[in-house]
Amino acid sequence: MQVESRRFKKQAHEALHDENIQKAFSKVKTGFPVNRAKAVSELPEFDDLRDAARDLKNHILAHLDFYLETFEEQVTLQGGQVHWCSSYAEARDAVLKICEAANARTVTKGKSMITEEMSLNSFLEEKGIEPIETDLGEYIIQLAHETPSHIIAPALHKTKDQVTELFHEKHGKYGFHERLTDPQALVNEARSILRQKYVDADVGITGANFLIAETGSTVIVTNEGNGDLTQSLPKTHIAVSSIEKVVPTLEDASTLLRLLARSATGQEMSVYTTFSTGPRRADDIDGPAAFHVVLVDAGRSELVGSDKQDLLRCLKCGACMNHCPVYQAVGGHSYGWVYPGPIGAALNPQMVGLEEARHLPNASSFCGRCEEVCPVRIPLPKIMRLWREEAFEKQIAPKPERWGIGLWAFFTKRPALYRLATGLAARLLHAMGGRRGRISKLPLLSGWTSVRDFPAPLGKTFMQQWKEQKGAGK
Amino acid sequence: MSASVTSPKNVALFVTCLVDLTRPSIGFAAVKLLEQAGCTIMVPETQTCCGQPAYNSGDRKSAKEIAAHVIRAFEGYDYVVAPSGSCAGMIRYHYPALFADDDTMMVAVKTLSEKTYELTSFLHDVCGYAPEDVTLASSLTYHDSCSSLREMKVEGQPRALLKNVEGLEFREAEDRAACCGFGGTFCLKYSEISESMVDTKIDNLLATKADMLAAGDLGCLMNIAGRLKRRGSDMKVVHVAEVLAGMADGPGLGEGEG
Ligand code: SF4
Repeated sequence: MQVESRRFKKQAHEALHDENIQKAFSKVKTGFPVNRAKAVSELPEFDDLRDAARDLKNHILAHLDFYLETFEEQVTLQGGQVHWCSSYAEARDAVLKICEAANARTVTKGKSMITEEMSLNSFLEEKGIEPIETDLGEYIIQLAHETPSHIIAPALHKTKDQVTELFHEKHGKYGFHERLTDPQALVNEARSILRQKYVDADVGITGANFLIAETGSTVIVTNEGNGDLTQSLPKTHIAVSSIEKVVPTLEDASTLLRLLARSATGQEMSVYTTFSTGPRRADDIDGPAAFHVVLVDAGRSELVGSDKQDLLRCLKCGACMNHCPVYQAVGGHSYGWVYPGPIGAALNPQMVGLEEARHLPNASSFCGRCEEVCPVRIPLPKIMRLWREEAFEKQIAPKPERWGIGLWAFFTKRPALYRLATGLAARLLHAMGGRRGRISKLPLLSGWTSVRDFPAPLGKTFMQQWKEQKGAGK
Repeated sequence: MSASVTSPKNVALFVTCLVDLTRPSIGFAAVKLLEQAGCTIMVPETQTCCGQPAYNSGDRKSAKEIAAHVIRAFEGYDYVVAPSGSCAGMIRYHYPALFADDDTMMVAVKTLSEKTYELTSFLHDVCGYAPEDVTLASSLTYHDSCSSLREMKVEGQPRALLKNVEGLEFREAEDRAACCGFGGTFCLKYSEISESMVDTKIDNLLATKADMLAAGDLGCLMNIAGRLKRRGSDMKVVHVAEVLAGMADGPGLGEGEG
């Protein structure tokens, strides 16, 4: 996906002034978090499960090569094939080769963030293969030529009215001319179009929520069942997955599944949890004739063993963004790359470069809500701080900021000078506040006063007054 | 809790840079409360700031130097108490992280971090203190700062203490665990996002129709009060220590004498 993270501030500005975006994302506050809280309160062992999941993921990451190789062996045993790809380019080529071998004209796709990362759709289009997104949200943004604004609800930024207009404009060629406003009717219209696409598709591409090493299975969870149709109807199924999705056993997958839907939407389980193991066997009633897993590294193995390895525990549940006040304010597109919200702020600098994504880990008040809800206990604020430190060290942080901090630190380390400066500042600011007791404009603190008044200091500092009182024999 | 009767606690007040500079009355309220709770108060003279502005800006080196300075300044007291969850959290949880690879400092860091408390939790949990003879005929809503709430686990303590203030009517706001948008330098660097966050917070606070807002962190209070004033609201904003010490009759944050 095209990287636009450099423009974060501008994009955030636009989003903050866009009524539709504000309306769409204000729903996040009241929807997901409320449902999650309810689901969590109904499962007393939720926090123990989080510990278990964290430990499990850490164990996997310490033995990643072993579990991936075991997974490959099992896939091969089942008659499938694993393709190891170190970069997006390799992964795109692997998918293309499989599609070409299947003489594919159209492919259906289940929701997958890794294929967003690698810009698979535009790549396939260039090669004359039509990709069709089957997840409703993905379908909508594909029609609108947009990118996901949330990792589990990709069309979150779209209002119902916008979808009405979009379908009205694009569905005429299928014989639908009515302007539908009822959400269920809109869903039905899209479904009836997709139904034929499933049947016509030569290849089905899905992501994977988990790869199970002991069985060689891939697992996807959906609420629409679109993933099942995508992977079982076409003759060829390709599951594209990043390497950290592997888990040792079925039981481990179920530990994580218990956390995933509760954290994501507040459901106990997603409506469909689909396991797929190898191509169709002789006595299977359906299934693809060919089964491929495209395993993508694309920078992830660099994280293994680093101070940011915890990022690889991510289940892509979206809880961190659902609870993030910054995400709720600026929406998903402001972040300028696939992953928005806290996980994006912590992960994207690794994936697209710190210079490009410098704003993301900085645009956080460190309120800590993300870490509080993350099902695998990723210390997201801590990782954002590590990026800030790297940016400071590499002088990627802007000069005025670095110099300002340097100057401030100089005084802070020298109490006598500090007293002098704060004493002066308190008096000056007190005078500026005048009878109103507040200051509306401060040239050096315009970031503050552009939004709020500055409550004026009361006159003397605490330390001055304390000294005076003690001197007076208090 | 008999300790408070038998041996006075030797408490060093960490004034915090914002209280020192902009609202010393909070420091004096803290002193008054701690003395009432049976503590002997010292104010180490070489203290300045806990170093968060550097730490959160990625300037780890300065943050460490400042932390080392704080560690020296606060050596030798039984407890260190700050009228702020944020500064106390910095010392309690982030100083050990800053010196994680520095064995020579670790003992001193741990000693300080373990004896550092946020004011209301110290009063309530360690001193078993409850205010007496404090009256304030007012309705009040409370903002939990993120570091108090999530880092220092301070939630029930200020509420329990406020219950002892006669005439005070407590009103919880909606979505009270949400951040106010202060975030230290965040509110300067990303002022528009911060504005949206503080507005959401303020809408919830105003919906309680309370006369006053209190919190345990001056940074949040300055942010919220400043925005309230900019929006023309007359909700009065004070620090929880001022309320508990019976010192909340004067002007609130950002209000003039007259
Ligand atoms: S970082 Fe945690 S909360 Fe955020 S998407 Fe990943 S698993 Fe979910």
